[in-house]
Amino acid sequence: MRPFLYQRATDPDMAVQALSAAAAANNPLTQATTQPLAGGTTLIDLMKLDVMRPTAIVDINPLAQGWSAISPDGENLRLGALAKMSDVAAHDEIQRNYPVIANSLKLAASAQLRNMATLGGNVMQRTRCSYFRDVSYENCNKRKPGSGCAAMDGVNRMHAVLGISDQCIATYPGDFAQALIALDATVEIMGKSGSRSMPFAELHKVPGHSPDVETALQPGELISAFTVSGRWPRSVYLKARDRQSYEFALSSAAIALDLQDDTIRDARVALGGVATVPWRAREAETLLKGQKFDDGLAQRAADAAFADARGRRHNSFKIALGKRVVARALQQAVAMEI
Amino acid sequence: MTAAAPEPKANMGKPLSRYDAVSKVTGRATYASDMPLANPAYAFLVTSAIAKGRVDGFDLDDARAVRGVIDIVTHENAPKLKESKLFSNGGYAGTTIQPLKSPDIAHDGQIIAVVIAESYEAAREAANRVKVRYTIAAPSATFDSPGTTTAAAKGQNAQFKEDPKVGDFAGAFEAAEIQLTASYDTPTQHHNPMELFTTSCAWIGDDLVIYEPSQYVYGLKNGVAEQLGIDAGKVRVVNPYVGGGFGSRGSMTPRTAIIAGIARRLNRPVKLVATRDQGFTITTYRAETRHEIKLGASRDGRLVALRHEGAELSSRADAYCVGGTKTTTRLYACPNVDSLVSIVRADRNTPGFMRSPPEVPYLFALESAMDELAVKLNMDPVELRRVNDTTNEPIGGKPYTSRSLMACFDEAAKAFGWAQRSPQPKSMAEGDWLIGYGCAATCYPTQMGPAAARVRLQRDGRTRVEIAGHEIGTGAYTVIAQTAAERLGVPLEKVAVFMGDSDLPPAPVAGGSNSTASTCSAVMMVCDQIRQRLFKAVMPDSLTDKAKETVGIGQAPTTQAAKSDRPLDLEKAFDTLGVGVVEEYGEWKPEGAPLDSFRAMHSGHVRLVGGHQMKDKIAYAFGAEFVEVRVNRFTHEIRCPRLVGAFAAGRIMNPRTARSQLMGGLIWGMSSALLEATEIDERNARYVNDNLADYLVPVNADVAGVEVILLSEQDDHINPAGAKGLGELANVGTNAAICNALYHATGQRIRKLPVRLENIEV
Repeated sequence: MRPFLYQRATDPDMAVQALSAAAAANNPLTQATTQPLAGGTTLIDLMKLDVMRPTAIVDINPLAQGWSAISPDGENLRLGALAKMSDVAAHDEIQRNYPVIANSLKLAASAQLRNMATLGGNVMQRTRCSYFRDVSYENCNKRKPGSGCAAMDGVNRMHAVLGISDQCIATYPGDFAQALIALDATVEIMGKSGSRSMPFAELHKVPGHSPDVETALQPGELISAFTVSGRWPRSVYLKARDRQSYEFALSSAAIALDLQDDTIRDARVALGGVATVPWRAREAETLLKGQKFDDGLAQRAADAAFADARGRRHNSFKIALGKRVVARALQQAVAMEI
Repeated sequence: MTAAAPEPKANMGKPLSRYDAVSKVTGRATYASDMPLANPAYAFLVTSAIAKGRVDGFDLDDARAVRGVIDIVTHENAPKLKESKLFSNGGYAGTTIQPLKSPDIAHDGQIIAVVIAESYEAAREAANRVKVRYTIAAPSATFDSPGTTTAAAKGQNAQFKEDPKVGDFAGAFEAAEIQLTASYDTPTQHHNPMELFTTSCAWIGDDLVIYEPSQYVYGLKNGVAEQLGIDAGKVRVVNPYVGGGFGSRGSMTPRTAIIAGIARRLNRPVKLVATRDQGFTITTYRAETRHEIKLGASRDGRLVALRHEGAELSSRADAYCVGGTKTTTRLYACPNVDSLVSIVRADRNTPGFMRSPPEVPYLFALESAMDELAVKLNMDPVELRRVNDTTNEPIGGKPYTSRSLMACFDEAAKAFGWAQRSPQPKSMAEGDWLIGYGCAATCYPTQMGPAAARVRLQRDGRTRVEIAGHEIGTGAYTVIAQTAAERLGVPLEKVAVFMGDSDLPPAPVAGGSNSTASTCSAVMMVCDQIRQRLFKAVMPDSLTDKAKETVGIGQAPTTQAAKSDRPLDLEKAFDTLGVGVVEEYGEWKPEGAPLDSFRAMHSGHVRLVGGHQMKDKIAYAFGAEFVEVRVNRFTHEIRCPRLVGAFAAGRIMNPRTARSQLMGGLIWGMSSALLEATEIDERNARYVNDNLADYLVPVNADVAGVEVILLSEQDDHINPAGAKGLGELANVGTNAAICNALYHATGQRIRKLPVRLENIEV
């Protein structure tokens, strides 16, 4: 860890000012010298590992009073970015009307981390790629653009099979983001020139030629809230992992269905643990919509979700696993008693 | 009585609470790096990013510019240290690869520089700013990597004396009615004890005090003295509590003498707290192994031929090996046995002890093969063990001092509900989950070593026991206090135990599960010396023998007669003697210990006896483990909701601490079967998942049910305490039991650990 300036934001404007002040125009957010601190469960880790070297930290926890509300109004949902994962997961109405959100949060991390971590920080968490997190490896395009990718032919069991490029196969590690992308959530952003919003699906950027650019956020911008339209009581989050708790997904599926009798009126399928970003499987959704559900349809949808997947030496199993997870999650969603 | 404090059966001590329970729960227990130091400087290690090659140079300007940096020590300016021999060659070290001696790099993560600064944070920051220029050579990472060399263990490792064999294996296997040949693999594993690898060194004049978590304070004291070229009497190692050992702190690592040398040069205490990832490369680990088992049997299940060939990985520099064939060739009755152990050398750090070093990998292979044989024979695997149970080991024909293997199988089978098993694979399920039952035998050699103790008794009954044993979480303080209290007839709360200090009378390494047997036997002997002095004072000579009978001197506290023990009238005895304190020192050695035992004990050399190395007998603790696994039909996730183990290990000193160790062993065994593996990047021979987020161990949610059954067993042929070590007993059989259960659940035989969901093809 290197010495840094610690500032405590007193209000959103001050936070945004502090974060924008030193921002160099061409630097992606991941390289910004001033970083916001919320729960700290990713940032502090990476600073100790010398992976992130900000010279200043802006503690935005004082903004929690205005930014941590959990507001379901019966039809729509608004979640403040500084709400704690544990509070949202335990919220009655979230559990009832948005089980995919409640479960994606409940199945993430550990109780202690969920008590610290915020929703905004959670969606911004960075990859767990071992080569990214260990600066003694020279080759990491995410950490050092142009240096290569040690994971490509290294130990890559945990790595992505979707959304990859020849520059980076690092997995987006979170769970909650899959629920948001499945539900067509919107993200509200506060910046120097006021607030703006965008579809959550546009927040994360696939690595392509610039794996160091991870999101559409600009330096100085902060996520203030997430909103979801409608209620999704028929929704599930299924997560396959090596151990029963406190472990990242090898493969997960966020599913939301609008089912009338046996016919699927609307379907949302998002994938975790297998892609470089929160992944919406729209091909699967297209197959499902308007169809009568049966196991064969679930299988075809799962196949479609992974049609473009490409495995490496240790992670090819994720393609077959991911398909089974999607098919099973669809069955579970259909079987739900609403 | 509760599950945590089982009702003692015959030949078991009381399930007393831990001596150090309150200290540990309240945080008062002081670990090595908790020790206050006067104005320490802080060390932070810089370790190599390559596994083979050399350091061409450093760019230290940026690092030196960090405020608070005092010095940066590299091979160019490091204190000169003498070489240390490997422990198995009469030395103290766990590796002969000595960092900072030259620019050469022999393995990933080798110490190449030590930054010394006024604060930990400054040292760490400066270490991050050290730039290194390397010449990189292509390393050999593991089995099958280009450039490895392979040779028989016999002849290159002094402690591996023989490849056990008897009869005519080849002929008998050829003629056997049923034949089985199978290969098994076990992975690299790291101990990851909770307490990090720390070292603090403080010089007071010419005297050195070392605070370091160690499982062998006498070994470390003598080893560091040798490396520094000073008298061992000048060195003291202190660690009253050790935050887990598991073998990782049994032998000296290079870091200690380096830090001591730097502290001497600075004339200031130096404190090192190595990071979690550095712990993967600056100490030892369990190396990967490969096995081929051949079993020949008659149709009724009797083994007629057994061959076990093992290959183990070690470093270029050192021929470490565990050689578990010493156990697997002797476990079952079989007239024709053959074995061979080889060592494969690669560009890795030297491996070392890790909980049940030989038995874990070697019994995984044998006990998996036994299950495969049972399937071939269409026989209950428990019955296959019964058919091949024996009172004498087959290699030398020596009798087991006691062996309750089948009693363990029967007790555990009953508690587990083995009879409810439907033997066909894939025949049991619930909801999304396939269910499998499996079992395996477990065993561990009974070992003990010479130990000394000093015991001081006051007129009011207050007792002080001093012995340089080690509390690595096992309950050592508790059983030693219990032993002294019982032997002297004083209340437990009046007994104070002092351990973890090389200024105390020597005890062996806390390894090989010898500690309880060794330290308690020594403490018993010294307590008896005190009693004899007191009795002599209060009894006329002619009555002494009679007195012994009524107050228990010379009797094992387990015998019926001991129940009539009554406390000695201490005040009367002290007044008659006319003294305020009675203090005795004594040195105990087990039967069959070599002649140089006591000399070796003081100079930090281990002289363990037991297991198969006893003259006319062989001593092992046994157990049987039953597990239930569940495999998700859809995700293939594997969970292990039930672990049941029954164990017999001679006298159980304290059923509470014994249960706790065995429970930990079962959980570790499950972890080893399903989760733990150090991933090696074969291109550069580096450990990749060197942290506790990526090196998986179970969390509470993975451990739904663990049942430990302690069997009553009496063994008068091992040591005065009558105790067999059990710290390394429970994690031996679990690997095989789980793979056997997975076969039952899925019909798929998996012979490579750990088993992960991608290995399941339902």
